[in-house]
Amino acid sequence: MSLRATVSVAFASLLRNRLRSLLTVLGVVIGVAAVLTMESLGKGATAFISDTISGMGSNMVMVVPGSPSQRMGGGSSNAPLFTAGDLEALRRGTRDVDRLSPVGQKPLRVVVGGLNRNTTVTGAAPSYLEIRQWSVLRGRALTDDDERLGNQVCLIGQTVRQALFPGSDPLGQDLRVRDLSCRVVGELESKGGSAMGMDMDDVVFMPFTTFTRRLSGSDRIGLLVASASSAERIDDAKAQVTAILRARRHVAEGEDDDFAVRDPREIQAVLGQVTGLLTTFLLGVAAISLLVGGIGIMNIMLVSVTERTREIGVRLAVGARSSDILSQFLVEAVVLSGAGGVLGIALGLGAARGLAVVLKVPFVVPVAAVPLAFGVSVLVGVVFGVFPARKASQLNPLAALHFE
Amino acid sequence: MASRASEPPLLAFEQVTREWGEGEARVQGLAGVDLQVHRGEFVAITGASGSGKSTTVSILGCLDLPSSGAYLLSGTPVQTLSPDVLAALRNATFGFVFQSYNLLARTSALDNVGLPLIYAGVGLAERERRSLAALADVGLADRADAHPNQLSGGQQQRVAIARALINGPEVILADEPTGNLDSRTSADIMKLLTSLNVERGITVVMVTHDPKSAAVARRNIEFRDGLIVGDTTRPGVAA
Repeated sequence: MSLRATVSVAFASLLRNRLRSLLTVLGVVIGVAAVLTMESLGKGATAFISDTISGMGSNMVMVVPGSPSQRMGGGSSNAPLFTAGDLEALRRGTRDVDRLSPVGQKPLRVVVGGLNRNTTVTGAAPSYLEIRQWSVLRGRALTDDDERLGNQVCLIGQTVRQALFPGSDPLGQDLRVRDLSCRVVGELESKGGSAMGMDMDDVVFMPFTTFTRRLSGSDRIGLLVASASSAERIDDAKAQVTAILRARRHVAEGEDDDFAVRDPREIQAVLGQVTGLLTTFLLGVAAISLLVGGIGIMNIMLVSVTERTREIGVRLAVGARSSDILSQFLVEAVVLSGAGGVLGIALGLGAARGLAVVLKVPFVVPVAAVPLAFGVSVLVGVVFGVFPARKASQLNPLAALHFE
Repeated sequence: MASRASEPPLLAFEQVTREWGEGEARVQGLAGVDLQVHRGEFVAITGASGSGKSTTVSILGCLDLPSSGAYLLSGTPVQTLSPDVLAALRNATFGFVFQSYNLLARTSALDNVGLPLIYAGVGLAERERRSLAALADVGLADRADAHPNQLSGGQQQRVAIARALINGPEVILADEPTGNLDSRTSADIMKLLTSLNVERGITVVMVTHDPKSAAVARRNIEFRDGLIVGDTTRPGVAA
């Protein structure tokens, strides 16, 4: 009996029981679909985050108060903020730090004429944009003079531009934050969303001095950003920053830092760990669901063998060899689970596509996972189909024919 | 018959027994049967239920094997053959017709008829061509697409006969072929079997309860308690 004939006989029997075939493979369908959805979303999120991190500036180093063992971005420690003196010492004492900027941020209402918007007002040194590798689309950047004099000038992101200056040129116009009136001197290019789902273009930039004097009321620094002279120098730059800050903050020998020096590679590494953990967890879920799906297939195949005992008898009576019966039932199981795999892949990718839109991450087809998922589904069919198929092939022709 | 004396009989039993189970539960189907069937014969086997008729036909058709004794097929002891060879014999040498038709449900008459050819390794186009021809032989060419549940009993039995014929068998083994049919349809089926025997020279061994059906056959064998108690050949009947 040829393989083609075997496959077409298997297809014919499966199509005779459409609903049952579908229900039988549901376990495999759901298992494969779940894995593909999560794999696709995970890949999409990773791509998105990598994108965002590289958008932060590749040589960037961030310094925050609080011990490094605290969770990332956790500024709510008792550790003191940085001072202007720290900044000055870092500027002078580090060899591999190219640029350094204090950063202050506050969510505030910005008003232009009759329009207003709650946005993030950021105060930073002129070098901040270079550290972030962010360029000015129109107008000018902030200057050292702006910073030194505390000029009332600002740059606006694209979201703020669209919200507060619809259809007009913002350059040269004034916006108001609390009682501070601030002249718009430039527009920033669009940066897109950030890893945490924030819109990075929803921002107003002003000199750090202007920000501290007029808006925050304190010249203490909660965040320092710096750029290393090159990607290879990041670790050196971090060591130099650490040494200076430990000295200035009187951290004793052997004690932990009361501040954290981080770079995007670390964030990426942590994210990698999270993704790795998620993948392992996912594989566990996949294994369990495929096991359950496989047992479902085996169960139905066993029922099917019993139900079709007479059919098997007829086939044996007209000349089927036991190997023909074995391959027929094995191929049926494999066709079932393979079709379940295909269905699951389609369903999973469809769901991932829909969720990608909702979650605002890019839709990624997990290229390696698709053939793998199909292969595993087929394997499930083989593994769980062998036992029922052997049972069918070992039936005695006469007993099978007279089975009631 | 004289001309065939030198060649071995097509089917021969030598002290064939068939029993199932052990000890108390032992059931004896055949208790030492000697039987010879020559090429071209039309044999009717009669007897009460459990007398061993069906067991005889099953062993003749290689669906079952003797517990002891020998079954010689053209002189070859069948017990020495491998399961795959037995399958090939069921495929090409024997054609089965059963009381309950044993057609595959939800499968067209055409596909039912072509089933043996799948296992003979015949391709789809050739299979359909030959199945259609076999259906035409039994007068059902126009019902090729019908499923068994759309056919009458007589029609289903014709499909089964077409299936038995499809691979050019030497022997048709029929186990109560008219058992589920009314007398008119039975007569038609018997006419069909007789014509296959007379026109194509196919050997027919048929188990039957029905004296009218048995009367069609030239040779009548009667079974009782696993043994042959009567074997008569009447002249003047069709074959």
